[in-house]
Formats: sequence, structure tokens, C-alpha cells
Amino acid sequence: MHTTSTDLAQPLVAMPEPEAASTISARGLTRSFGNHIAVNGINLELRRGEVLGFLGPNGAGKTTTMHMLTGNLAPSRGEIRICGIDLLEDPSAAKARIGYLPEVPPLYRELTVNEYLLLASRLHRVPRARRGEAVATVRQRCGLADVGGKLIGTLSKGYQQRVGIAQAIVHSPDVVVLDEPTVGLDPNQIRDIRALIRELGGAHSVILSTHILPEVEAVCDRVQIMHHGELVYSDTIAALKQFESGATLLVGLRRPPPADELAALPGVAAVDAVEPTRFRVQFAVGKDPTDALVKAAAARDWGLYQLNPAQTSLEDVFVHLTRREDGA
Amino acid sequence: MIFTIAGKELKTLFASPLAWVVLTIMQLIVGYAFLRRLDDFLQLQPQLARLAAAPGITDLVAGPIFGTAAAVLLFAVPVLAMRLIAEERRNQTMVLLMSAPVSMTEIVLGKFAGLVAFLGCIVALTALMPLSLAGAARLDYGMLAGLVAGLVLLTAAFAAVSLFVSCLTVHPVVAAIGAFATLLVMVLAGEAAGDGLRARGWTVAASLTQVVSPIKSFEPFGKGLLDTYAAACLILLTALFLALAIRQLDAQRVRG
Repeated sequence: MHTTSTDLAQPLVAMPEPEAASTISARGLTRSFGNHIAVNGINLELRRGEVLGFLGPNGAGKTTTMHMLTGNLAPSRGEIRICGIDLLEDPSAAKARIGYLPEVPPLYRELTVNEYLLLASRLHRVPRARRGEAVATVRQRCGLADVGGKLIGTLSKGYQQRVGIAQAIVHSPDVVVLDEPTVGLDPNQIRDIRALIRELGGAHSVILSTHILPEVEAVCDRVQIMHHGELVYSDTIAALKQFESGATLLVGLRRPPPADELAALPGVAAVDAVEPTRFRVQFAVGKDPTDALVKAAAARDWGLYQLNPAQTSLEDVFVHLTRREDGA
Repeated sequence: MIFTIAGKELKTLFASPLAWVVLTIMQLIVGYAFLRRLDDFLQLQPQLARLAAAPGITDLVAGPIFGTAAAVLLFAVPVLAMRLIAEERRNQTMVLLMSAPVSMTEIVLGKFAGLVAFLGCIVALTALMPLSLAGAARLDYGMLAGLVAGLVLLTAAFAAVSLFVSCLTVHPVVAAIGAFATLLVMVLAGEAAGDGLRARGWTVAASLTQVVSPIKSFEPFGKGLLDTYAAACLILLTALFLALAIRQLDAQRVRG
């Protein structure tokens, strides 16, 4: 409201220092299809062991960005380094360090799970001596131990998705890129896959694209929001909860005073009546009015029955950032 | 890496009904042609015995059935090749290869090698028919080897052209029809251009048109000749279309 998206995104995007530990570093990534610019000047930095949530409405350019990061699509401009290796100059060495699960898992339905994972390990240049072990380990990790001999075409969607993830991590890549890994799964399967992603975050870096917001809050360390091909937000999940509005209190009063009286309390920036007896009190960062509010409520007999901090949800931020652009 | 991809192509090909249908139809048609030719040969045998330099059983049976096999392969190869790129892109499985540390050249050569290995089975099955007469007649093994080599080169050229057309579209059926049409136009136009130029006495230009007319390059092999020019034409055509396929795939990565 007070700042434009670019004001906001700029310092945040410039923030990550080019550390040796960064597994993906993309600068000024741009991709156009004819006159249409799908991705415009994206900077992206991923540190080792980090899970980055990549958010955006449908058509924001997430998949295009992921296609570029994994070498499936050449960028119109910009550079991509995977663990310090330039993806455009030395694609083979760079691709050996990435595992990619696209939106539609690239599965050969006519192969068995074992055959397919063995093929994936050979394509990713896992040495012959370690292939059997790599396939066995990845089957264990992805919960595929019992279905090794089954044809992929006969597996359920949830198992197919797991095979897709197994394919992406069979060569223990430094970076795992997952494009909407939980779409079309039932709640139990989603829970399993999320647990797996969090586990992956320990040893690998993970980029997770999704438009399911609770998923990001549950799994990710950091979040980037894309809109119309541009990065509009990039920060940690913790910082996100403090985003923009500073902070908000939810206050319930049985005998509420006029809203003006509440707003006059020291530190209060704005008051919003949610219901006749419940108010959303906004305040600037560092000027917590809780004490003053409790004292005033006791002294003036407002009948305080509820007082709790309302966290800004990712959904608020997301809607706020992506709608504002449309209005502009 | 080329062998990994070729092995994968062979495995998925044999896992699909398409390969078995093509093999069955090939065997039926070539087998029928073989029996007809053998029948004709047996009826002609008394007359042939009176000739001084009579054509042998290899000329009269093996040569024609390899010609039949070549004609059927003109239809069969585009159908087998449509899977290679077009179907993978349609099923979105191409991403597995593109994200792996594998170059476009390795992808194209691997897929080509896998298809040619399968077509090699068809050629071998065709060669088995005349070989089944080995106990009863004296075969010209030199000519038979020439026929096998010629048919392998011809199918490789068909495969390269079809592979290139398969790179142009994401619709497998369009890829198959397009590849068949391309091969047919090349064969017919090459033939017509060659005849026209030869009629005007431009023999060098006429022989150059042989490069784009793979069936014409196969003819010498059917007559028991080992024509290095014809072999070179087929190899050149194959290499040209493989290079075009690699370029096309690279361009798609840039164009999106």
C-alpha cells in the first residue's frame, strides 16, 4: 500500500551475498516467447540445505523459470550457475548436479519401477558399481520398496509421483527442483510427500514450486513470489509473518467503546471492527500496545475476553501482492 | 550414453504392441513373397538349366524379396520412428533426457541406434528366408551379404529421415504421415529428376540426384553389385538428416 512491489523486492533480492555455499545462482534471467515476456529479469539464490518455496498464480512464469534452471529451455538473457558451474557453457557438468521433477512426471509407463530408476541413474552418470545401491536407497526413501517389479503404468497417481521424485534424487544431486509435486494427491499422500521434501532439505537444496500456500508455510525456509514474470517478494517465512502491516492484534471486548477511543491508545495505528465485539488492531513494529490496551480495558470496564496476535498469513501477502499488480 | 538411450528405445519398443505388429506384418508379406518367388523358380528351373549363364536362386528369390522388404519398410519405418521424439514430447517424457547430463547429439544418435538395431532384426529375419534354402541349393553368399548390407543402409536412411520429421511435431501420427510423405517425395522426385537430367545428357547432375533417392541407391545391391557410390549416397543422406535432427532439437531448446 505504501510501497510499490519493486521498491520492496529490490533490496530483498539484492540481499543474498554470492556465497560459496549457494547451489543455484541465477542473475537477470529473462525469457521471451515472441513479443510475450514470460520471465523478466529474475534473480534467484539458493543456499545449501535450504528449501525455497516458489509461489505465484497460474501463468506467472514459474514453470518457465524452472525449465530454464534445469536446462530444458535456453534463457533469452541472463546467467545461471549451478554450484558455480555455468549451465550454458558447461551444461553436462551443471546438469549432473540437478534433479528435476516437472509438473508432469516424465515416466515411461511400459517400464517397471526398477528398470526406470536404473535408466535414470545411468542417464545421470551414476557409476556402474553404485547404481544398484543408489536405486535401492532411493526406493527406500520414497516408499517404493514394495513396488520395484511393477509396471509404472499400473501404479496409482501417488506412487507415480513418488517414482517421479525418486528419479529426481537417484543421483544425489546438490539441487532438487520440484514443480508442483503434490498436485492431484490425496491428503495422506500429500503429508508423505511433504515429509519427504523436508527430509530432502537436509542434504540437498530444494526449489519447490506450488500455488498451495499452506504447503509453503509447512515445508519451506524461504519464499519467493512471482507475478507476471517478475519477482515481487523474496524473504524468509519468519519475516513474512511481519510483512507490511507490522503486526496485528485480535481484541474481543464485551462492552466495546467507540472505535475512536481504541485508536487513541498509544501505539495503535488503525482499528478495524471485525464483528461488533471483535476488533483487529494494527500497530507499527516495536510499538506493542498490549499493555496499554489491557490497562485501559480494566480501568474503563470494556470486558476484555480475547487478546491474541493475528499473524499475517502467507495467503494475505500473496493475494495482496498479486492483486495489487492487476489493479495497477 | 548413446548405448543407454539406444537400449531404452529397444526396451520400450519391444514393450509396446507396435513392434510386434510390425514384425508380424513384415514376416507375413515377405514370407508370402518368398514362397511365390520360390514357386516361380521351381517352375522355371527346367528352362533355366538349358541356359549357359543362368541366374541362380539368389538372383531370382533373394533379390526380389529384399526389394519387397524395402518397399514395406518405406511404410513401417515412419510408424516406428514417430515414437522417438514426437511421442516422447507429447507424453512429456523428453524432459527426463533433457534434464540429464546428455547432449542433443547423444540423444539423437542413441535414438537412431536403437531404431536401427530393431530394423536390423527385421533385416535378419528377411535374410533367414533365403538362408533356409542353404541345405537344398547353392546360395551366392556374397550377393546375400551385399543385399543385407544394402538393406541395412537403406533402413538407416529411412530411419534418419523419419527421426528428423519426428523432431518437427508433437503429434506422433502427423510425424508418421509426414515422414512417409517425405520419403515418398524424395524417392519419386529423385527418380524423376534423375531421368530428366539423364535425358538431357547431364549425367553428373543426374547421378547427384541419387543422394536424395534412397531406393535408387538400393537397386545396385539387388543386382548383386557392390556399388560404393550408392553406399556413399545412403550414408551421406543418413548423416545429413541426423545432423538436421540435432540442429532442430537444439533450436527448440532456444525457441521454446
